[in-house]
Formats: sequence, structure tokens, C-alpha cells
Amino acid sequence: MKLIDKMINLKINDMEITVEKGTTVLDAAKKVGIDIPTLCHLDLHELGAVNQSANCRVCVVENEDRGNLVPACAEKVTEGMKIQTDTKKAVMGRRTSLELLLSNHPKDCLTCVKNLDCELQTMANKMNISEIHFTGEMMDHPIDISSGAIMKDPNKCIMCRRCTTMCDDMQTVGVLSPLKRGFDVVVATAFHLDLGETSCTYCGQCVSVCPTAALAELPQTANVWRRINNKDRHTVVQVAPAVRVALGEMFGYEPGEISTGKIVSALKRLGFDAVFDTNFGADLTIVEEATELINRIENNKPLPMLTSCCPAWVQFIEQQFPELLDVPSSCKSPQSMVGALSKTYYAENKGIDPKKVRMVSVMPCVAKKAEAAREELNEQGQKDVDYVITTRELARMIKEAAIDFRSLPDEPFDDILGESTGAASIFGATGGVIEAATRTAYEMMTGKELKNVDFKQMRGMEGIRETSVEINGTTLRIGIAHELRNARKLLEDIRDGNSHFDAIEIMACPGGCIGGGGQPFHHGRTDVLDKRRQALYAMDTTKKRRKSHENAMVQKLYESYLGQPGSQKAHQLLHTTYSAKARI
Amino acid sequence: MRKDVINTKDLEQHHLDSLDAYIDTLDKSRKEESLIPTLYKAQNLFGYLPHNLQWYIAQKLNLPSAHVNGVVSFYSFFSEKPLGKYTVSVCMGTACFVKGADKVLDRILKKTQTEPNEMSEDGKFTVKDVRCIGACGLAPVVTVNEKVYGNISAQQMEEIISQYQEEDND
Repeated sequence: MKLIDKMINLKINDMEITVEKGTTVLDAAKKVGIDIPTLCHLDLHELGAVNQSANCRVCVVENEDRGNLVPACAEKVTEGMKIQTDTKKAVMGRRTSLELLLSNHPKDCLTCVKNLDCELQTMANKMNISEIHFTGEMMDHPIDISSGAIMKDPNKCIMCRRCTTMCDDMQTVGVLSPLKRGFDVVVATAFHLDLGETSCTYCGQCVSVCPTAALAELPQTANVWRRINNKDRHTVVQVAPAVRVALGEMFGYEPGEISTGKIVSALKRLGFDAVFDTNFGADLTIVEEATELINRIENNKPLPMLTSCCPAWVQFIEQQFPELLDVPSSCKSPQSMVGALSKTYYAENKGIDPKKVRMVSVMPCVAKKAEAAREELNEQGQKDVDYVITTRELARMIKEAAIDFRSLPDEPFDDILGESTGAASIFGATGGVIEAATRTAYEMMTGKELKNVDFKQMRGMEGIRETSVEINGTTLRIGIAHELRNARKLLEDIRDGNSHFDAIEIMACPGGCIGGGGQPFHHGRTDVLDKRRQALYAMDTTKKRRKSHENAMVQKLYESYLGQPGSQKAHQLLHTTYSAKARI
Repeated sequence: MRKDVINTKDLEQHHLDSLDAYIDTLDKSRKEESLIPTLYKAQNLFGYLPHNLQWYIAQKLNLPSAHVNGVVSFYSFFSEKPLGKYTVSVCMGTACFVKGADKVLDRILKKTQTEPNEMSEDGKFTVKDVRCIGACGLAPVVTVNEKVYGNISAQQMEEIISQYQEEDND
């Protein structure tokens, strides 16, 4: 009986269908193979964000009995409902809505950063729009590039509210809000502050779902070309773990295709003087972080220790939990470690003037652009990292240089910052950093070999995961969170004394860096993230060495340059500080 | 500017104390619902809602400032600028508009020598064009502070404004 109460019978395009109560017309139509076009709608319920604002009206369908148009994305099914999805009225309704949106949208598609990857453009094409019948007032707002990470162009905004859904619901940061009303509405920061002055973490999840170029990464490719072409500079580059399982998507490969060798090859052809691996920095981070963790445990220093690789997460704790700044590890991120070493260890080794070295990094992340600009992250006035480009920007550079990516041979990373272990590969997935740290901490604490390196209880896509590992009679209690809403829950519990962990890993983006704001657009397909994640774990198993401290180049770095893990020199080059910032 | 937003030194302390006391009476588990009453209280205390006061309220209610600013800028009742002694609100809802509210508004602006939503130089008037105030039967409607003037013509309104101007000169 109960099941029957919960089921609703309706007709869509004269086809009878029974669906659960609460289903939207859009989802009911999908069940009978009818694809109603949508624009503002975004269903990422697995990731805790569903945008159902029904703002764009592109999904309108006709309710036969009432004779009116309803937005399929938000309209819930009712008993006996009769829906027609492609009547003249419905199709014209959609066209009118879209034309009205386009009438207040710039027409600079050819030079737009989202050209050919824009959902508004795709929809205009799909609806066979060849003329816009409306002319009228256009929005005129300044473009905001103050953050150095995100470019915000409100003139390209179609008020879909996807960005605010991500910022409010997934990340609980709430930096953006619609201000004013009617035609004057603009999705903006509080008091129209520059984005760089707000509590934005630059995670870029707004960028990853923006259907147009209203929110995009601030491009750096022109600056990178300039550095590469300046032969008086020694321009080196590094590539983050999550880039190699995603870049292929921009060249027609399936999500999760591993293209490490081709990426190295492409970077050499672009003209970089040396190609380094951020994974080397990841291994190094683990050695330093595990050392710090053991030191904190043995000397009764503040616990838990929180990982500090994710720059959006670092921004978040500085602004939202300034009272907890003694918990993040003092380790710099892998990006910054490789940057600092390129201008010291590598430059000295090569006999190059450190002032002539320029470090570019390729990241799955938008926030890394802002991280590179942090004042704390420099060595004797030299920034650790000079320019950061996203996975998407690298793909654009490869295309621009007319490199046939698919036919490239595999090439290896360069010495002396190019080796990595399986532990570093999994840095790009949620839970990966803490698993890598556990592998190393185990051997450091016990002096014994860890036979089974797979800590499968730390893997997965669940928002918050808790587990523990026995090491030498000590129980290491571990917490893992991805997406900042989950990080917030963990941190509130720590602040209020309701939970006790020894080590916590936090990543701001869904799934970790594989779902970063700089990655190829997933267009709402969450299976893409899972395929990238699985590829990273597959890479781990194929590596000969799977523990960070076994990285031979890392060992050589300590022997010949840094001394011991946690040494004074290591601290000078590889560690950083945090400072409280007012929340806006 | 960020530094101006997070600096609350120029807000009168005794008003802030009253606001704090009011916020303490609210149900903390329902901070979203508490926002509009809090803003109402704050505008009554301070006369308007400057950015640093909005930021202060955001901190107190543990809400993002953008949400607070979104609500303040949505409702025409709330003002981000200082208000004159008399707030003259001209309803521009459909019923009032078709009955000539735009002409009434123009006359008031001329008489008070102000721009919409800007305080007059002498600090006496702020003239606002507001959305439907729900008194369509009285269209066109103008309110001066709490007082309602219905079925008003531009000429009548000019005379009413004159009275307020003279009254103030007494």
C-alpha cells in the first residue's frame, strides 16, 4: 500500500509512466528516453549540490490540462498530469527564453575563454538560433581580476545561480549572492568588494560549473609564452598528479586515460628548459609531514595535524577558523616545495643563477594561482612559483602550438626533481595524502617494513571518513574530508572538543584534486571524477616504489643538501606559516 | 574597500549594545530567519545600514556578508545610505504606475531637489521609488515615514511636501 501511495502516474508525450512522488518532470521524462534541454539546471546530488533555480526557463514544457508552460527541472509530477515536451508553444517558449538571455549577452564568442566549451553557445546551436529578435539595454559591469586566480565577468552571467549553489551548499563559503533586484540584479560579492578582498578560497568550483565565461580562471598562458620565449631565463615547469589523468579528455581520450609521458613530451616541445614532477614534491611533502606528525605525537604538541597541500583549504581555515591555526602542518604544498628547490638545489646543482630561473606549474586547481602569490611563499625575494596554469590552459597551449598530442611519444621527467613513487600518485584523490603519509609514518615509527601498503579504508567518495591504524601499539586516529562543507563539520567538532583525531586530510574540491576547478569541465557528469580517481590508484599499483621515503631522488636531496627531514634547512625551504584573516 | 567594511569604530557603541542585546534574544538555530528582523532593528537604531554594520550583523549571525548584502539590496525598505528626516516612498507597483505614480515621483523629486534614493542636501528628505506596497486600492500611494497618502495627485503631493518643509522651519 505504502509503495502505491508513493507512486504517481502521468503521461509524457502520450506515454504512460509511473514514477516516485517528488520526481521532477525532467527526471520522469528521462525515464522514457525524452531529453528535455536544460541550461541553468545542474544535478550534482552525489556531491551535495543541486541547482534547481528554474531561472533560465529553457526547459519549459506544456502542461496539457492547464495549457501553460512549466519548467521541467523544478515542476514535480502530479497524479494524472499530462505533459507535452515538444509542442509549438513549448518550443517557442524555450526559444524566446533563450533569445532573451542572448539579447543581454556579449557576442564575443570567437575570443571568449569558453569558446566551444560554453553551455549557452551549445544551447543556441542546439535550438537553431540564427537571429535574436530582441534588442535592449545590456548589462555593464566591471570585470574583476583582483584575486589573481578567478576572472569574474558579470556581463556574461545568465543568472543560473550554479555558482552560488556551489559556494553556499558544497563549500559553505557564500562569497557570492545576487544583489539588487529586477534588471539590476547582479551576482556579486558583498558590497561589490573585489573578489580578492573577500573570503573567497579560490577553489574554483564556481568556475567548474559556470555555463558561460562569467566565472573563469584568470588566464596566464600569455605570460608563460613570454617566459618560455625569453632565452635569458631558464624556465622550468612542474605537473601536478591529477593533471595526468584528466588532460587527455581535452584531446578526445576517455576520462581516466593516463597521459603522463605525453604531457612531459608536450611540455618539452613547448620549449620549457626542464620538466619536473610535482609528485616529487608530494613525496617530499610526505617525508616532512610524517616527520612533523611523529614529532607532534612524541612531544605532546597540538593534534590533530591537518594536511596543508590544498590552497583553498588553507584560505578557508585562515578565514573561517582562525582559532585553529596551530593545527595545519607547517609543510608547504608540493607545488611550492618543487618551486623553492628549483631556485636553490636545482639551480646550484646546474650552476644557474637562481634569479634567472622561472617556475611555471600546471595544476588542476585555480587556487594554486593565488597560492603562488602568497607573500609567505618565497625564498630571498624569489617567489617559489612564478606562474600557474590550469589543466585546461595547458591543453589550450598545446593546441595553440599545433602539437598533435595523440601522436606524441612518452618521455620521462627530468632529473633532479623528476622521480616519484606510487604514494605521490594518489595525492590527487581524496584520502590519498593521508594514505601516503601513513605508509611513511608506519615505517618511520616502527623501523619495520610495511608489507601491505593499501589502506583501502581511506579511499572512496564519502564526504567524511574516519578510520584508525595501529602503529607500534599506538592508535593513529585519522579523519578525511573533501568539499569544504565536510571540512567545516570536522573542524567544528575539533574546535568544540567533540572529536579527537591525530591526523586529518582535507581537500576543498569534490573527490580531491581530480575534481579541481582547473580541470576539464565535467558538465555535470560525476562519473568523470570517479574515472580520474581510479586512474590515480591504478598508477600507484604500477609503480616499483610505493612509499614516499623510498624515492631515490628525495633521498639524494636529503643526503646532499637538506640533511635530515625536519632539519633547519628543510624548515627554511619547505615550511611556511599561516595568519588569521577577517571573514567577510 | 575591505578595510572600511571590517572597521566598525564609527558605529555608535550604545546602538551596537542594543543590537547585541536584541540578537541575544533570537533563536540561534534559526539564523537565516533572524536576519530580516535583525536588519529592521538595526536600521531603526542607526537610521540606515552602512556596509560595516551589515558586516557586523553577518559576523553576529554567522552568515556570509554577501547574503546579508543580498537581502539589504533586495528590499527597498532597507537603505545602505543615510536617510533624510522624512523618507518619502512612492509606490511604483503596476496599479500605482498606471495611475500616474511616475508623475507624482517626478514632482516630489523636483520639489525636494533630490535624486531617487539620495538624501536632500538639508538632510530633510530621501525620496524612494519602491515596489508594490500592497495598497493598490489607494493607488497612487505615497508614504512619508509611517503616514500613508492615497489617491494622491502630483499637485496634492507638492502641497504636502511644502507643509513638511515649512513645519521643519518652525
